[in-house]
Amino acid sequence: MSSIAQKKGFGATIWDFMTTVDHKKIAILYLISGGFFFLVGGIEAMLIRIQLAKAGNDFLSAGTYNEIITMHGTTMIFLAAMPILLAFMNAIMPLQIGARDVAFPFLNSLGFWLFFFGGIFLNLSWFMGGAPDAGWTNYASLALASEGKGIDFYSLGLTISGFGTLIAGINFLVTIINMRAPGMTYMRMPLFTWTTFVASALILLAFPPLTVGLFFMVFDRMFDSNFFAVEMGGNTIIWEHLFWIFGHPEVYILILPAFGIFSEIFAIFSRKRLFGYTALVFATILIGFYGFMVWAHHMFTVGLGPTANAVFALATMIIAVPTGIKIFNWLLTIWGGNISFTVPMIYAVAFIPSFVAGGVTGVMQAIAPLDYQLHDSYFIVAHFHYVIVGGVVLAILAGTHLYWPKMFGTMLSEKLGKWTFWFFFIGFHLTFFIQHFLGLMGMPRRVYTFGADQGWDLFNAISSAGAVLMAIGIIILLVNVVMTTIKNERVGNDPWGDGRTLEWAIPSPPPFYNFAQTPLVRGLDTFWIEKMEGNKKGMIFAEPLGDIHMPNNSFIPFVISLGMFIASFGALYFLDDDKPWALPVLIIGLLITFGSMLVRSLKDDLGFHITKAELLEDAKGGKTDGH
Amino acid sequence: MAHDTHIHVRSQAEFEYAKKKRADEMKGHLATFAIMIFLTLIAFTMVAAGFSAYLIVPIILLLAGIQVILQLYYFMHMSGKGHGMVAFFMFCGMFVAFITVLALVTIVWW
Amino acid sequence: MDINQKYTPQSWPDHPETATMEGKNKFIGFWLLLAAETVTFASLFATYLALKDKGPSGMEFSAAGLFELPLVFAMTMILLTSSLTSVYAMYHMKNHNFKAMQAWLGITVLLGATFLGLEIYEFNHYVHLGFGFTNSAFSSAFYVLVGTHGAHVLFGLSWFIALMLRNAKRGLNMYNAPKFYLASLYWHFIDVVWVFIFTVVYLMGVIG
Repeated sequence: MSSIAQKKGFGATIWDFMTTVDHKKIAILYLISGGFFFLVGGIEAMLIRIQLAKAGNDFLSAGTYNEIITMHGTTMIFLAAMPILLAFMNAIMPLQIGARDVAFPFLNSLGFWLFFFGGIFLNLSWFMGGAPDAGWTNYASLALASEGKGIDFYSLGLTISGFGTLIAGINFLVTIINMRAPGMTYMRMPLFTWTTFVASALILLAFPPLTVGLFFMVFDRMFDSNFFAVEMGGNTIIWEHLFWIFGHPEVYILILPAFGIFSEIFAIFSRKRLFGYTALVFATILIGFYGFMVWAHHMFTVGLGPTANAVFALATMIIAVPTGIKIFNWLLTIWGGNISFTVPMIYAVAFIPSFVAGGVTGVMQAIAPLDYQLHDSYFIVAHFHYVIVGGVVLAILAGTHLYWPKMFGTMLSEKLGKWTFWFFFIGFHLTFFIQHFLGLMGMPRRVYTFGADQGWDLFNAISSAGAVLMAIGIIILLVNVVMTTIKNERVGNDPWGDGRTLEWAIPSPPPFYNFAQTPLVRGLDTFWIEKMEGNKKGMIFAEPLGDIHMPNNSFIPFVISLGMFIASFGALYFLDDDKPWALPVLIIGLLITFGSMLVRSLKDDLGFHITKAELLEDAKGGKTDGH
Repeated sequence: MAHDTHIHVRSQAEFEYAKKKRADEMKGHLATFAIMIFLTLIAFTMVAAGFSAYLIVPIILLLAGIQVILQLYYFMHMSGKGHGMVAFFMFCGMFVAFITVLALVTIVWW
Repeated sequence: MDINQKYTPQSWPDHPETATMEGKNKFIGFWLLLAAETVTFASLFATYLALKDKGPSGMEFSAAGLFELPLVFAMTMILLTSSLTSVYAMYHMKNHNFKAMQAWLGITVLLGATFLGLEIYEFNHYVHLGFGFTNSAFSSAFYVLVGTHGAHVLFGLSWFIALMLRNAKRGLNMYNAPKFYLASLYWHFIDVVWVFIFTVVYLMGVIG
């Protein structure tokens, strides 16, 4: 939605986005599609709460309810939360380190389209014979018994979108390792960049086990292999291990970037340098490291034995320590700061108690004997919604307000933003706080209804009422987005006035080459340092103005992903006798994918240069000086 | 990034030196290869000779480990300049690999 | 970076694979992919170890009775040698000797294809014995682990061949040097995985 895009026709804009390799446009694609899936997952959540609003409700059948809870979890984790965070990483991280683009612009686009087609494929299951219904964890004993094609949609869809995420992870890692501006040492990187780095490392090492597990699932269901078939010597616990070896780091993949966004917000709106920057960095790394050693706490009740349970219980308690360090650092950042309560700051302040509540119930569940009582009850549901909504979703909403001007060049309304906040925040606590007690009263998770004599009516009704408030909050946010876009009041480089890092030193939205001249970084909070020294340009430069090398747009990522999408339908119906077209479809899809990959590798794509003259022209046009 | 390839033409002496260095390195690689073949032979011979499994298993796993180190550090140059991050991430990968294998051979419920 | 820039052995840099920004990025990115591949194969090995010799009651096949070492030994020697020949290819790449590099890569491809042929023969042999993919948990885990390695060999071969054909006429430059280097890294990684396959699957399988 840059000013350049608006001058083009609608078709040309669509084509531009389909072929773009610009990290800022890909960020917008991630934000829009992640936002779309967030709404889909939200509607599923509302259906769940309507069904549970009263005892013995028959709004949804038991089977449909299973499909909806499965799709709610899967959509929210894989297709909403992660992509929206990837949107912020894409939009902001390269700017924070002073880079002109990510390391692999082509792969960046490929990663997005793989995620997108994977997500669409998964959701098409609703219209093509039923959605997956074995829960978002898809435990093998349930999944193998599930009739219809739902589970196959799940396995194939997540495999495709998982490849996309892995590509994005590698891309961000290489960008941060290789493309930092001169002077941007690791210990001068903004916290959001650091958390992007660690989260990407977790993506790199956690997604392979998931992919392997999904392949086993596909083989078992479609090609009669026996990985999880107990009567043939298989073992369903293997799925649980592979899933959680991925699944627990996944939790940190979500929460670390959220921590990063809040770290930026606390520093900006307290107008103070982050307290304990070094401690925050090392806590982030430690969380990433421990994240791989705690997965079996999801499996305490499997019967791994007392030794395994004790080891994982202990590791789980330890991981609370670095998280606690972070909380204290944030509190001490606010302490004595010159605080301005903008919408992002309100979210950040609300995040601390909400997330701590979720963290504390997490430590409770780390106690294996107690977990036997809590397992599969609503207490668990309350816990993980406190960390995911109270942590990740609040960060997403805060980040949306904070980075909207940088991504779109216009500010979301503060007034409507506060309305969104209050509806969402109150609704959130109303919905989930009471679920702790429902869990302690014995209400099991994933059961489609309950009896009137069980005494859970009132609490469930309150919980459903809270969900309505959250929905109103999100609707206000959508109204806010529409109104802001229509008004389209352009803002300058540093719309919050207190930006500290490099992204605030360049126009909103930045020109497609980001930095006409690569900046020279002189310390943490680069832009703040320059502002304090009265540098009107906001940065000093590491190089004279010269030609800039940029990558060409490409349609190939879209085609590669489309090929995978088509091939998945072939694979899905491959074994059905009444669908002889499945095999040709599979082959055609794979040919499209590998053919376009071959075209990509055989055709030299060397990019183009923006000349110095064009850059000067651009600067004269006022575009590089927003104020 | 337009300015990042400087063409540096080496003097004859520099060139000869670099070439000699590479040739020496190649000799090292040949030696590495000989060691690898030798380790493989030991492993296969031990199994063929039919020693006790308790003796063979730890030894052949150790030999495999040595071969992998030789591949990574000699053939793939992981100790070379600019490989710091590479080594870090490879070791992280090996760490996750290790705990994955450990978990599935010890605490899978059978 | 100018793709038409001509180099001589004298002006060819010491580390052509990382001499450009693109090369540096590809280099780090590819190593990261190898780290992810390490975890992928670990998951497959872990599953194989958990399911080794597991099957329906009265299962006919076990690792000790099935595997034959002479063939595996031959395959191991061939793949190890192909690792060395790809080192030779990179030696000549760094000397900017394009023809020698292509020749050594050609030998590598031949050795790799032989390995792949032997693996296909081996699988075919097992299937004829009655040890099919769907027989037991053990057979599924075995075929998927070793087959995934085989698929990597196939991909590595295709990669080498595509690079050799594409660049046959234009020789070495800063644009394709990183590609050759990464393909050879991939080839070494395939060898690393095979070292564990012959040790963990075959040798430890035979001794039961």
